[in-house]
Amino acid sequence: MVVWTDQERAFIQDIFSKLNYEDAGPELYCRVLIVYPWTQRYFGGFGNLYSAEAIKSNPMVAAHGIVVLHGLDKAMKNMDDITVLKGLEKALKNMDNIKNTFTALSELHSEKLQVDPGNFQLLGDCLTVVLARRMTTDFTPDIQAAWQKFLSVVISALTRQYY
Amino acid sequence: MLSNFEKELIVQIWDKMIPVAEDIGSEALLRMFTTFPKTKTYFSHLDISPNSDHLRCHGKKIVQALADGARNISTLATTLAPLSRFHAYLLRIHPTNFKLLNHCIIVTLACHMGDNFTPVAHAAIDKFLSAFSAVLAEKFR
Repeated sequence: MVVWTDQERAFIQDIFSKLNYEDAGPELYCRVLIVYPWTQRYFGGFGNLYSAEAIKSNPMVAAHGIVVLHGLDKAMKNMDDITVLKGLEKALKNMDNIKNTFTALSELHSEKLQVDPGNFQLLGDCLTVVLARRMTTDFTPDIQAAWQKFLSVVISALTRQYY
Repeated sequence: MLSNFEKELIVQIWDKMIPVAEDIGSEALLRMFTTFPKTKTYFSHLDISPNSDHLRCHGKKIVQALADGARNISTLATTLAPLSRFHAYLLRIHPTNFKLLNHCIIVTLACHMGDNFTPVAHAAIDKFLSAFSAVLAEKFR
């Protein structure tokens, strides 16, 4: 079972309270698709991903990044709610129950989307870079450590239903 | 595989880091030790507390080695041969740790470069650090 200190919870909640999803979401997916181009295999329906410029101006890429951030946010806002929710927001709102909260999302990613779970770490790393770029020196080593612990729990929950 | 544009971008970025090598290097190490505590096991002989002389000195060495590699990207294997032998035969660091330090270097650059750490710069640095660590690890077995 994951144990969160009060300080870790405060750090994570603070990060989300300052994050502009409409801005950060598009940047997140731009980075994933540009820095790790093999991830484009999952986005065949997104149209033109042939260059960094095309990716940066692709509206479907931008929209998907926002969906993913809302997934993390919802998790934090409903700590005791184990109802199926969408996206990464769920983890934030259900920090004490991330494992169960993400059961349906994990099944979705493994059985329907068939995403190699190694890519979840890459997305997490890009999101960490997005935060670092925006928060600059406010993204201290202690805050980074708490944030990466949160990510590793989310990634583990997302990977759980793979068999 | 780095394009000529990416190679120039990498040199530009690392040249800017040389004057602040101690700050950047020590911060990257501190992020790694805080986020991935198991990495501290390789540094029991040093004082790696925040802002310690050891941390700043070691951080500086790493950034200078990276800047050197950046200026000699086409001949990385030759340029890094002594460091490669050192990491393989003396330090014997578990190879998975290279990725952890690379990630923390990238996070440090993102914190300091802000808007200038564009997705294209991010990709170029990520590829460079992967190539650099592959050379450091190539003599492991």
